[in-house]
Amino acid sequence: MARPRIVIVGASLAGLRCAEAVKAAMPDARVVLAGDEPHRPYNRPPLSKDAMEGLAKGQDAAQPVFDKLLLRSKLGADDIEMRLGCAATGLDEGRVILADGTRLKADWVVAATGLRPRRLPLKGAEGRRHVLRSFEDAQRLSPALRPGARLVVIGGGFIGCEIAATARKLGLQVAIVEPAPQPMLRALGTRVAAAMAALHRANGVRLYAGRSVSAFGPDHVVLDDGDRLEAEVIVEALGSLPNTGWLEGSGADLSDGVLTDGHMLAEGVPNLLAVGDIARFPNPLFDTVPRRIEHWCVPGQTAKRAAETIAALSAGRQPSVCFAPMPSFWSDQYGLRLQSFGAPALADSQTVIEGDLSQIGRAPILVEYARAGRPVAVTGIGAPPAMIARHSARLTKALSETVSA
Amino acid sequence: MKITVDMEACLLHGQCVIAAPEIFSFDDDGGLVWVAAPDEGLRDDAEAAADACPEQAIVIA
Repeated sequence: MARPRIVIVGASLAGLRCAEAVKAAMPDARVVLAGDEPHRPYNRPPLSKDAMEGLAKGQDAAQPVFDKLLLRSKLGADDIEMRLGCAATGLDEGRVILADGTRLKADWVVAATGLRPRRLPLKGAEGRRHVLRSFEDAQRLSPALRPGARLVVIGGGFIGCEIAATARKLGLQVAIVEPAPQPMLRALGTRVAAAMAALHRANGVRLYAGRSVSAFGPDHVVLDDGDRLEAEVIVEALGSLPNTGWLEGSGADLSDGVLTDGHMLAEGVPNLLAVGDIARFPNPLFDTVPRRIEHWCVPGQTAKRAAETIAALSAGRQPSVCFAPMPSFWSDQYGLRLQSFGAPALADSQTVIEGDLSQIGRAPILVEYARAGRPVAVTGIGAPPAMIARHSARLTKALSETVSA
Repeated sequence: MKITVDMEACLLHGQCVIAAPEIFSFDDDGGLVWVAAPDEGLRDDAEAAADACPEQAIVIA
């Protein structure tokens, strides 16, 4: 049999881990990893935290900061072919079309193209408006983060809140404008989000919750109620959109990312899989609803699953039935670690099982999230790792029992 | 199989403790402890732990 050829589109965490897992399971496979960024795969979470702080020290810091972000890989130089700096523009009968016109023939195509930042559909302030997704975004933003400068962060999700916290550390005056009643509300629920809002206020951030931006002026942003916030720097942190344009017309369901089954196989297109932030897949730990999950752990989990599927089907075997990865995420703000296991966004109730939310930042807090009375997540805020590990082990056990039941 | 953890890089996310509880755990003081030379049969778990580490602090040889 000819050596199977696998083309992975998207050279970030999910693409790299998928390439590694494919080569581990199928050493003979020819793997091409293509990505639009010029860099080898690198790690994004530090971009809003340590890396941004490092880059703010000046351009000399760029190389050492980037070197630290580079993802270590088990792959040797000749194990796979990398096509960097070249976006995919289409998929045509098993061929991936790249921006330079190359057509890569593939037995299997893995979509790992990730996300791009959502922008406000408003004109103005172009030179002062930033987003944060790539290393280049961070390099453009960091010189503007000078002590005393006024920063308006639009969007109080995790990235926006982390940027706000980092900017406070760098000595900026910071405001967050968030349309929801609390920052990080959807991810954390009302009580924990309110405590996080208090943490930001205690650290000197002006929080405009329940408000949105309606216009950009020459030196300010205008809120929906007419308030003006002076701003030398503006960051739009309004969430992300899946990069699935290259799959338009392929037959895949692209209504939110790429719809897949629990094998990461895309619905509607033979031999196409999707992994990472763009994969919309069911997780039987919770229910049967396919969801996209934008957590750091998901690229690794889905990449391995996709490789397992490709290896099994290539060998004429059925891939194993159950894929039920435990989601987890973390955030670092003002030196405080928030760490979560499970899916707090699915919960309808929150119970503080250790500590007191009014003591945020001063004493460990552990919150259990439940849906219809059944635990679905635990979140620690400034909690000792051993405490979180103990509760997450308990959660894993409870959730896995319902899967096998 | 030999496992080392760069404790300068480790930020105690605890992902390794979840991925490979037979190798990694927290001691009573909250410090990370691990089996430095685990059985070869635990290699998949060890690699899962290394991949799950957000700080890339775990090295398997």
